[in-house]
Amino acid sequence: MLSVTQLTCQRGERVLFEGLNFELPEAQWLHVCGANGCGKTSLLRILTGLAEPVSGTISWNGTAIGEKREVFHEDLLYLGHQGALKEELTPLENLTLSLGMEGYTRGPKDVAEALHQFGLRGREHLPVRFLSAGQRRRVLLTRLLLRPARLWILDEPFTALDVHAVAFLTEKISAHLETQGTVVLTSHQPLTLAHGQAITL
Amino acid sequence: MSAFFVPFKQSVQRDLLLAARHKTELITALFFFVIVVNLLPLGVGPDPELLRKIAPGILWIGALLATLLGMQRMFAPDHADGTLEQMALSPQSFTVLVAGKITAHWLVAGVPVVLMAPLLGLQFDLSARSLWVLTLSLLLGTPVLSLIGSVGAALTLGVRGGGVLLSLLILPLYIPALIFGAGAVEADLAGLSIEGHMSLLAALAVLSAFFGPWVTTFALRIALE
Amino acid sequence: MNAPLINWYKFSSPATFYPLAAKLIPWFTAATILLAAVGLWISFFVAPTDAQQGEGYRIIFVHVAASWMSMFIYCVMAFWSAMCLSFNARLSGMMASALAPTGAMFAFLSLLTGSLWGKPMWGAWWVWDARLTSQLILFFLYLGFIALQSAIDDPRRADKAGAILSLVGVINVPIIYFSVQWWNTLHQGASVSMTKSPSMAQTMLWGMLIMALAFWAYSITMALLRVRCIILEREMTNEWVKKNALE
Repeated sequence: MLSVTQLTCQRGERVLFEGLNFELPEAQWLHVCGANGCGKTSLLRILTGLAEPVSGTISWNGTAIGEKREVFHEDLLYLGHQGALKEELTPLENLTLSLGMEGYTRGPKDVAEALHQFGLRGREHLPVRFLSAGQRRRVLLTRLLLRPARLWILDEPFTALDVHAVAFLTEKISAHLETQGTVVLTSHQPLTLAHGQAITL
Repeated sequence: MSAFFVPFKQSVQRDLLLAARHKTELITALFFFVIVVNLLPLGVGPDPELLRKIAPGILWIGALLATLLGMQRMFAPDHADGTLEQMALSPQSFTVLVAGKITAHWLVAGVPVVLMAPLLGLQFDLSARSLWVLTLSLLLGTPVLSLIGSVGAALTLGVRGGGVLLSLLILPLYIPALIFGAGAVEADLAGLSIEGHMSLLAALAVLSAFFGPWVTTFALRIALE
Repeated sequence: MNAPLINWYKFSSPATFYPLAAKLIPWFTAATILLAAVGLWISFFVAPTDAQQGEGYRIIFVHVAASWMSMFIYCVMAFWSAMCLSFNARLSGMMASALAPTGAMFAFLSLLTGSLWGKPMWGAWWVWDARLTSQLILFFLYLGFIALQSAIDDPRRADKAGAILSLVGVINVPIIYFSVQWWNTLHQGASVSMTKSPSMAQTMLWGMLIMALAFWAYSITMALLRVRCIILEREMTNEWVKKNALE
């Protein structure tokens, strides 16, 4: 369970949100809504522990996230705005390396299999700089299939995806919820997922 | 132990693979070293006696500037594309991953300079023994440069004019390494013992290896906020 | 904002410190003027003419005090930086950045007076003496700190990054000082040391001490003035600034 109490975030001199509270139990997802620049990304980054709030606490299963950072990170999968992909490497290399740095070893066959599921058959060995924006996004999202995590924090996961990919991702998110996973995401699209809460900043 | 070595190895391997795809950068730093060292005799004249005397300083300053050249890129590309965020959120220790990146920087920027230095030393008519001392002093000293430089690279991450700022922050901190490193070669040229210089240089290397990755990680977390 | 957990924390809140600094500034300004007047009077009129160096040596009163101050301010800066990082106190970071320009100014003053004194003494404007060289490096460290802080837009990040830099610097200063000394003895550079050369008369010691105290008071005054500006700049949007400070 992810619980947030009295969270306040400030960017420069501007207060983005103040006194934010919510609890997100297992098998539920949270839709963070709001206009551009209202602090959605800031909130997600605070939830991951990358950014520090001005005040307030965040705890995961009863422990403050800063307390046992490595344990929290084991459960956390964060996909941000940026691709975290190296242009000069192939999708296969990119994923193998990023999984490796997180302490997971996956053979090239598993990784290729996951890429195929996301509709990237035949692109495994092409350097990422030759891929389109949507394809890059898919490479990034493939990590959801490869790295086990209880809590997904996804910043605009549906950007640049086509209809098929949106459907596939939605399906994967609901499968994750069914296995007692937790999801926090931002999106401008209305989503057809059960067990959701929404907050507007 | 494997909690240290496995992520460390992963991080080093990753950066080496990336460096292998950017061979020009590697060669640029080395070429810079060669050209700076070779410009000097053109500036001060070809007197062999004088050149031998200033060789240790020149070679060391050349090495120092050459390793500084790629320093800003130690974290900047990973910061720009979000990889650094993923590293900070990894269940593995961020400090160990950062230590791996620093090591990779040394392997890519430091080691070629160490290997090239004796060759350039020949141009300054250094004796075989002095060439050994030079190589050894650089071998001990270049890791110090990478380690101290990493702190500066982390502090200036994503900052306006980061490259120039980095040199302003880091060069004063390089002074002890320069003094003991170049001093060792000079002492050898003067027929004195090099033991003192070398032990002090080794002490610097140990100190910076102990604190460097830790301080850099701390600075990176601040930069990511 | 900063809940006063312990009474001590009360003063670490910019809102409390701002009026307090205003009350302190006149006192320290007065102390600066008084001490500087006495110190300069001793150094120009009371201290005897040096047998070897004539009148030129009188610059030592400014030079030595400025050198002491520049080193001391760096340590104080490091102290506030450590506070800033360990307690996440905003005021500490502001103090560190308020001190840096004064420290840099003293380091520069020390270099300037050193070279002015060096010309009649050694016949050269600059000598690679260990103390002078270390002072120059300290000046570079100050410049690095100021440059880093001014290059970062987000004040919180600027404070923390500057704090790390000054702590790394303060660990390195003794190492740099030692290495420069080592380098200097190895190369048998200038054998005349600045502070040892004239046998210190009692009045001279007093002169230096009073000048140092005057610089001390000056640094505190400047730091307080500057910290007030920084507080205003950063807390512009807060209610208390609008209500009390800008009326």
